[in-house]
Order: sequence, then structure tokens, then C-alpha cells
Amino acid sequence: MTTLTHEPAPTPEPSAPPTRVGGGLLDPKMLWTSLPDAARKLDPRTMVRNPVMFVVEIGAVFSTLSAIFDPGVFAWTVVAWLWLTVLFANLAEAVAEGRGKAQAATLRKAKTETTAQRVVGGAASGGTEEVMASELRLGDQVIVVAGQVIPGDGDVIEGVASVDESAITGESAPVIRESGGDRSSVTGGTRVLSDRIVVQITAKPGESFIDRMIALVEGATRQKTPNEIALNILLASLTIVFVATTATLQPFAIYSGAEQSIIVLVALLVCLIPTTIGALLSAIGIAGMDRLVQHNVLAMSGRAVEAAGDVNTLLLDKTGTITLGNRQASELIPAPGVEGERLADAAQLSSLADETPEGRSIVVLTKNVHGLRERTEGELARATFVPFTAQTRMSGIDLDGRQVRKGAASAVMAWVRENGGHPTAEVGTAVDAVSASGGTPLVVAEVIDGSAHTLGVIHLKDVVKDGMRERFAEMRRMGIRTVMITGDNPMTAKAIAEEAGVDDFLAEATPEDKIALIKKEQEGGRLVAMTGDGTNDAPALAQADVGVAMNSGTSAAKEAGNMVDLDSNPTKLIEIVEIGKQLLITRGSLTTFSIANDVAKYFAIIPAMFATVYPGLDKLNIMGLDSPKSAILSAVIFNAVIIIGLIPLALRGVRYTPSSAATMLRRNLAIYGLGGIVAPFIGIKLIDLLVSQIPGLS
Amino acid sequence: MPDTLAGLLQVGALIAALALCWRPLGDYIARSLTTDKDLKVERGIYRLVGVDARSEQRWTIYAASVLAFSAVGVVLLFVLQRVQEHLPLSLGFPGVEPGLAFNTAVSFVTNTNWQAYSGEATMGHLVQMGGLAVQNFVSAAVGLCVAVALIRGFVRSRTDVLGNFWVDLVRVVVRILLPLAAVGAVVLILTGVVQNFSGGVDASTLAGQHQTITGGPVASQEVIKELGTNGGGFYNANSAHPFENPNPFSNVFEIFLLMLIPVALTRTFGTLVGDRRQGLAVLGVMATLWGTLVLAVTALEVNHHGTALQAAGAAMEGKETRFGEWASALFAVSTTGTSTGAVNSFHSSYTGVGGGALIFNMGLGEVAPGGVGSGLYGMLVLAIMAVFIAGLMVGRTPEYLRKKITGREIKLVSLYILTMPLIVLIGTGIAMSFSSTRASMLSSGPHGLSEVLYGFMSAANNNGSAFGGLSANTNFYNTALAIAMLLGRFIPIVLVLALAGSFGRQQKVPETPGTLPTHGPLFVVMLTGVTVIVAGLTFFPVLALGPLAEGL
Repeated sequence: MTTLTHEPAPTPEPSAPPTRVGGGLLDPKMLWTSLPDAARKLDPRTMVRNPVMFVVEIGAVFSTLSAIFDPGVFAWTVVAWLWLTVLFANLAEAVAEGRGKAQAATLRKAKTETTAQRVVGGAASGGTEEVMASELRLGDQVIVVAGQVIPGDGDVIEGVASVDESAITGESAPVIRESGGDRSSVTGGTRVLSDRIVVQITAKPGESFIDRMIALVEGATRQKTPNEIALNILLASLTIVFVATTATLQPFAIYSGAEQSIIVLVALLVCLIPTTIGALLSAIGIAGMDRLVQHNVLAMSGRAVEAAGDVNTLLLDKTGTITLGNRQASELIPAPGVEGERLADAAQLSSLADETPEGRSIVVLTKNVHGLRERTEGELARATFVPFTAQTRMSGIDLDGRQVRKGAASAVMAWVRENGGHPTAEVGTAVDAVSASGGTPLVVAEVIDGSAHTLGVIHLKDVVKDGMRERFAEMRRMGIRTVMITGDNPMTAKAIAEEAGVDDFLAEATPEDKIALIKKEQEGGRLVAMTGDGTNDAPALAQADVGVAMNSGTSAAKEAGNMVDLDSNPTKLIEIVEIGKQLLITRGSLTTFSIANDVAKYFAIIPAMFATVYPGLDKLNIMGLDSPKSAILSAVIFNAVIIIGLIPLALRGVRYTPSSAATMLRRNLAIYGLGGIVAPFIGIKLIDLLVSQIPGLS
Repeated sequence: MPDTLAGLLQVGALIAALALCWRPLGDYIARSLTTDKDLKVERGIYRLVGVDARSEQRWTIYAASVLAFSAVGVVLLFVLQRVQEHLPLSLGFPGVEPGLAFNTAVSFVTNTNWQAYSGEATMGHLVQMGGLAVQNFVSAAVGLCVAVALIRGFVRSRTDVLGNFWVDLVRVVVRILLPLAAVGAVVLILTGVVQNFSGGVDASTLAGQHQTITGGPVASQEVIKELGTNGGGFYNANSAHPFENPNPFSNVFEIFLLMLIPVALTRTFGTLVGDRRQGLAVLGVMATLWGTLVLAVTALEVNHHGTALQAAGAAMEGKETRFGEWASALFAVSTTGTSTGAVNSFHSSYTGVGGGALIFNMGLGEVAPGGVGSGLYGMLVLAIMAVFIAGLMVGRTPEYLRKKITGREIKLVSLYILTMPLIVLIGTGIAMSFSSTRASMLSSGPHGLSEVLYGFMSAANNNGSAFGGLSANTNFYNTALAIAMLLGRFIPIVLVLALAGSFGRQQKVPETPGTLPTHGPLFVVMLTGVTVIVAGLTFFPVLALGPLAEGL
């Protein structure tokens, strides 16, 4: 294979206008189908992992015993709702896991057992043996031909093939996988559509990409993230405070002549401890991972998702992320005394045989701006096309007595000089101006009848994707610095950085420069996220706090990063950050809501417990609840129902619009803090209106 | 002058005086604790006790130093009381009973100054001056040292050391407390507070009975009693006694003294962390809580609705007529909010809800504005918790003062927040469960519960004021309250120092627009809300059965 392929590179489609992080909606049917799973989770050995809900379960057990010995409508209704509270919490988790299980089932289909053609005695010998895919070991080489399923994860070491990866990416268009370069990795379970490749296996059976994906979406390997651990500690300690508050209330109540039943005390306890967030916490975490999977991103750990929310600095590759993949002709600058028409004509002629994207863009520009009809090669008789080569760095056409050339400024100018022209005088200024603006100047020249002169300059420039500037401004408001990484010279890099609106750039970047930059940022306490696909990106991907490898990249890159983007779209890094933030916001908001809820519950339960002995306390019954029993029951029911009510929010995530911390805090504090105080007053009152109709409760 | 106008003038004068001192004193404290230069007298002390003033301590050593220093303090004070009859200036008082001596020793070392005895009838001048007054200085200094260590934890990065406890202690006493106390004592003497070595003057009352009026070094003790947020009075009647607090001017001045350092420390904090707005925010929260409670208690006392009180025209039972309701309420809220525990009126006599507000003020964790040092670190711990919840709501791992709040910090904060409520609730619960311990209550019904609750709340928060009514000089209360004081003081101190160590080791994270701003009105509202809700949710049930049942 030649290295100078002119096939179109996999250009990422121009980015759509910034999209908001969306999320899966809750299918109400899932509540029903997840019930058996929820019931199974009532096992205390499972419950103990969630301290808040475990306390509720213990309370429910005690209340049940108490109701058996001292039955009544009130006692049994409260007991029923206590158990429902636990069940609802389990249901939230089961629903979240259920969505992952559905995805896992699809993935498992891709994991059907296949056979592999293992190379024996080295690739050169040509001998193969047929083995089961599960028997493949690290370093084995297998041959896969069109129509076969690739038996395991690996790198293509020989050949090129188109591969159908729809089993893991959901994208039906085939992708090219070839040896060498940055598109060498293949995934087990995907199908080769054409040609023949030799794959070196890089993953042990059971640890392949699909295996990890299945484990991830099922939540089997889900470990608590640092913030989740911290939040759990806080919730546990709040639970301890309320256990103490409730337990010590009994001696005070006895002293006051109003001894309380176990059921009432348990009801108070369950209402006070943060059950809402306790019930939804794990569902929020699972749903966060799930949202990433819906965006076709696989995070290797929940820790990485959280880190994404904390990122301070984004390192973005220029090409493909900030700019469209290729430079495009944007302007034709005629030399003094040359008509625009003539330059356009020459530019088009010299580019007809140039199949590079730059060449095509020149033809398109002359057609769009100068109205030149596109000519085909056959139209021009007796013309000889001079193709572009790395040595000449020019392309062009030889007509009768006329030679037209277009190419790198230095090359074309040298050619003009050889033929006796004076290019510097004619286009030197224009070439410098284009360079200074960050563009690439191509010079167009011709030799007619032995006299050479330049016609003008074509301005090739990187085209920044639509909407990037706005997104970077958004990032800045969120406190995230964007740094553009490019191999361009500093002048070009600066111009593009300014046009795209990034905060900083790293020009003429080598892999070492990248790592140095990441380390420098990290020393300042910043968290760094980056994308990469090549093997030489691997060290930087490993060093970054969030390293997103492109699925099209090498397995070394995928191994080094902590996330893989199946769509291989580097712009997605921004969405990943948003998903990470949304995950934390959802947790914080529901925690605030849960704690704020307690205020109203006190106003329901305390007068209900003690107004009989201290009538003055009835003034606290500001909701005007019907009777002590209906008041307590209403609070318990509200406490349980709110869990179900908030499952959709937990799964979808709190609405998130990028803005400054102060703005976000004000909004969320108003909705979940203030709302959390007010909502239960209304909810409990409404439930009380219904509950007070139950006979035997007044 | 009408009561309302006089009251408003006093509050206004107090706020103006505090505002005036806030900046210079706050900055002076900051300078005193960060300078490299030692005074001559300080060098002498370091040489005497063998301290290398330039060596710094890790948090564990710092904490061990605090604990060792305090343990020695308890032992010395205990022994001094036990043997006072053999020492000069004993005024003929016998050695203090062991249970009471232990309770008193713990009480003064923990900056609580709970007094289960009456000062003028139990302690000679030597114990008062050489024991109690010394602890009044150093126990306050310990609180300030711990607060400064916590600030250093925020300010420093990637270091194990938090300063040297012995240096901090000496500097706080020599440079801050002693000079302020000297000036304050002179002012108090000028207002008419007693200062002599008299063993007592015999006097005949109008009814023809004889009584001995004890004099003594009152002003010198009074000043540090307030300045160090101690609260242990020379006399049993504390600041209601005319020798301790003769007139409205001395009254306002005493309130000023007890608020002075806790309020100024917010400036010190802002200055040391390099962002004065942070200090203002903390001050804003303290001021909001204090101001609201002053308004509430005053309104409750003025607008009482008891029949007898209506007839008398004011809820003056248990209050001094020379102060009136406004100055009494102002003193009461300030003393319960600063962990001082000095009283100029009897909190037991407040209206039901008014007394409840005072209990609640302590239940906030002594942060409005809290004791010397302890108020600041208590508020910072609450701030960390508030930032943790709010920080999640802005989508980042929460940070406070450029330090991340991770699982380890939350563990320490949670333990801190748990400690005081558990001591109060369990202590009160035990006391209310047995008829023998209930026998100490003067009243029955909800007011009796308030007496016991107040006692444990006061001890666990190191406040030291008493509701009145409760006979606390029993074996049970002397022991239980001493334990409450010890745990309530030193568990939080160790946790705060561990927190400081943990923050000190962290590197700072950069501040960006994505960082939660911890200054400005929104944060003040949030932190105030978190403080009130956390305390409210914890104590609402027991308050409902005590003060609310009585008052509603």
C-alpha cells in the first residue's frame, strides 16, 4: 500500500448546533416489569449496602411485629407504606439497572461463540488451524476474511478491510480498518465485510471490549465514585442524628405523659432520615453511566465520569475537533495586473487533476465565486496533467505552449525563477499576508512561450466548525479552559485559535509536549481532559484525568484512556463533561430536596404525637391535618410516593444548561431547596384529604 | 427614656463599637499569629518550657499538645481546689468536694465555666485568681489556636505542619488576651466594678439581718470572663450581681467584650485566607443569626401574654430592673450565642418560647458568633457541609477556599456535626429516664424538661450558663455534665485539627467561574439556612416537648 492515499479521510460530520444533554425517558411499563427485581433486593444482605434504606427496612420489620401484637387499621396501613418505601427505593435501582440489562442483551448477541483461523508458525508460513474464539490467547494471530466475525479484540497487523461495527456502535456504515497508522484496532464480535486481514489478539477472553461493555451497562462492576462515597457518609451521619433524635424522644414523651407506640416512632424516623436521596442515589449513578452509553461513550469507571464534571482544562485536537478535517480554498488573490478571471481559470486548470480535498475545494471555489464551469479532464484535448508529488509539491497541466502550475508557495516560486520570472516582486506580499493570517498560501503560475510569471495566490484556510465559538464561550462561563493542540506553526495556530475562540493553543505539538502540558496543568491542581486515537497519544491519554480514546484508534490508545467514544467524534468531549456535571447536580439537588422535606414532616408529625398532652402544640398543625393518625400516615405516604415521583428525574437527570456556578446555584437552590420545603406541605395536605376518608382512622 | 428607645440605643452602640474594632483587631490578631518575630517575654517563656519556636507540628502533634496541656490544666485546677484550705487567701473556705472540684476543673479548662457552686461561698481568692482566672485566659487561647490551625490548613498546601501550638498559645495570651484584658479591666473599674482583696464586709439589711458581702479581685476576673467567652462569675449571681455588672453602661460593655474576639476573628480569617469577602460572608451568617434571635427574644419578652406579667407590665421576673427587658434579652442572646454563659438575668424566667430560643441558640452549635476560636471553626465546619451539598448542585466536586471536600473531609465534618447533638440528646435522655435524676428538677412538666435540656446543651456546647432551677451539684450531674463538657470540647477540637491536617496536605485547586462562590448574599442565605435546618431538625422534637409545649 502506498502511504499517499487519496481516499477521503473519515471526516467527522460538521458538528450540529450545540445539543443539550438529553436522557432516556422512563417507560412506565418498566416500573411494573422491574417489580420482581425490586422485591429480590429486599434481602437484608443486599439492603445493608444502602444504610439509609436499611434503617427503613429494620424499622419496617419492627413495625410489622408491633402491628401483629397490636393490630389496627392505622398500624397496618403504616406498616404497608413502610414496606412500600423500601420497595420503591429498590424499584428505582431495578429500573435503572433494567435499562442497562436491555442493552447488555443486545451486546450479548454479538458475543456468539465463533471459530478463529489461528496462524501457526508465523504469518509468513501461511499455516493456520481452526480454534474456538474462547481459546485465543494474547499475542495470537488470526486471519479473518470477508464475511467472518472477528474472534477477539486486536490490532490489524496486515491488510486492510471494511468492517461492520454496528454491533457495538449502532452505526450501520462500514468502517475501514488497516494495519499501521491510527485505525488499526478491531473489536471482537464485529464482522469483516471485504478483503482479508491478519489480527493480533490484544485482549484475554472474558476481558474483551464487549465483555467490559456488558459489565458496564449491567452495572455489575459499578463501584461507588468518590463523591458518592462522601455523600453516603453524610447521609449515614444524618441518619444517625435522626435515630438519636427519635430514640431519645421516647423518654421525653414518657415524662410528658404521652408515650408513643413503636409504629409512630418508626414513622417519624423514616420521615426524617433522607430516604428520598437514599433511595435514588444508586439509580442516579447507574443512569449517569447509561446516559453516556446512549451517547455511544463507554466509561471504564464511574470515577472517570465524575472527573469529567470536574474538568478544568480541555485539550482539543485542532483537526477534526475544532476545524473541519481539511483546509479549504477561501480566496483567490490575483497578482498585480492580473485579472481575477484569469487567475481563477488557471487555478481551476491546475487543480483538475488534484484529487486532494484542498484541490477539490479550489475547483469548488472557482465555480461558486467565479462562476467557472467545472471541466472534466477529457474536455481538454492534448493536455497533459502533472500530478502532485511530495517531491515537486506542485500539480498542474501542460497545454499547447502553456504550462500552468499550482502548489506550495516556495516550490512554485522556485519553478518560476528557474524559468526566468520574478515571483517575489509579484506575489511576495500576498504570500506573506496569507501566512500571517494563519492560512496556507498556494501560488499559481504559468509559463507561456518561455516567459514565466505568477498569476496570484490561493488562500487555503482551516475552516472552523460551526458553533464552536459559542461552545467555547459556554465552556468559559462554566470555568473550563480550552486548549487547542496542533502540529501547525505558531502563527497559523494563533490565527485559528483566535477564530475558534479557544483560550490557549499548543503549536507544533509533539506527544512529549502534550504530556508536559498535562502535567503542568495538573500541578496547578487542574483536571485535564483530552481525546486521542494514535499510539503516540497513549501516554498523554493515560496521564490525563479524563482520556477519551476514539474507537477508530489503536488498541494502545483505547487501553490508555478511561473512556472510549464509539462514534470517534472528538467534539463529544464537551458532552461528556456536561454529563459528568449533570450527574453531580442531580445528586446534590435531590439531597437538598430530601433534607428540605423534613421541615414539613415535623409540622405534620410532632403536633400529631403530642397535641393530646400539650394542646398548645396544635398550633404547629399549620396544615390543618384531619387527625393525628391521618397526619402521621399522610407524612409516611408522601415520603414513599415522592420516591416514585422522582424516579424519572433521577434517571433523566436534572435539567442542565451551561452557566456560571452562581447562576446554577441560585436556580437549583430555588427549585430544590425552597421547593423542597414547600412541596411536602402541599403534598401531605392533599394526601391527608384522601386518607381521612379511610374508615377507622379518625 | 422609653424602654424601646433605650434598648435600640444600646443595640446600636454595641454594633457600632464592634464594627469599629472589627478591622483593626482582626488584622492585629492575624499579624500576631503570622509574624516571625518573638517578643522578649515570649522568648523567655519558650526558653523556660524548652520550646523551639521555629519548629512546626503535624496535626497529630498539635492535637496531642492541646490535649496534654488541657489534661494538665484539669489536674492542677482539681488539686488547687482540693487543698485550698492550706493555701493563703482561702478566706477560710474548706477544700472543695471531689465531685464538684472535678466538675469545676473540667468546666474551666473546657472554656465552659459551668458553675455547680456559688463562687463567693466556695472559692477563696487564690483559687479564683490563680486557678480559675488562669484557665479563663488559656482555655480561650486554646480555642483560638485551633481556629488558626484550621485556617492554616486552608491557606497552606502540600504540607504536613500546621504551626506550633505552644507558640500560638503564648502569642494569643501575651499579645491578644492580656493587653485587651488590661484595658477592659480598667474600663470596668471605671464603671464601678469591684477590685480589691477584701475578705468581706459585714452589713445589716433593712430587715435587721446580718450578711457578709464578699469583695475581691472582681474586675480583673470579670474582664476575661467576658473577653474569653468563659462566663464563670465571681459571684453566684454572675453578671446580675451589682459588683460584677453595676449599671447599663457596664452591661453593654460586657456584651461588647464577649462578642469582641469572636466577631473580629471573621476579619482575621478573611485576611489570612487572602480573601476578605470570605470573612465577611461568615460574619454575615453570624450576624444574621444573632440579629434574628435578638429581635425574636426581645419581642417575645416584651410581648408576653401571661396574665400576671400583663398586670406587672413586663416579663421582669428574673431580670434586673436596672437593665430591663431589652438589655436582658440582648445579653441573653449574646451570651448563649458566644458560648460565654455569663448571665445578667435568669433564663429560666424567660417566656417559654423565649427560653426555647436561647436553648436553640446554643443548639446551633455555638456559632452566632460562638466562643473565642470555637465559633469560627464551628461555623467553618458548617460551611464545609453547606458547600458540599451546594457544590454538588453546581456540578463539581465541592471545594471550599480552593480545597476539595472529599470523603475524608466529609467524614470528619459528619463526626463533628454528630458529636454535640448525640451528647445532648443521650445525656438529657438518660437524665429524664430515672426518677433519681429527675429529682434535681425544680419544676415539673415541660419547664422541668427545659431545665435538664438546657443543662446538657450548655455543657456539651461549652456555654456554661444555667437555666436556673436545676440542682446540678449532685454526683450524677457533676459527672455527667463534666463528661459532656469534655467530649463536647475535645472531640470537635481533634476533628477540626484532623480536618486542618487533611486540607493542609491537599494542593490548592484553581478558582474558575465554575467554582461555587462562597461569599455574597446567596451563600450567606444558604449557610444560614443549613445551620438553622440542621440544628432545627435535630432538636425540634425535644424543644416541642419543653419550651414550645410551655409557651404555645
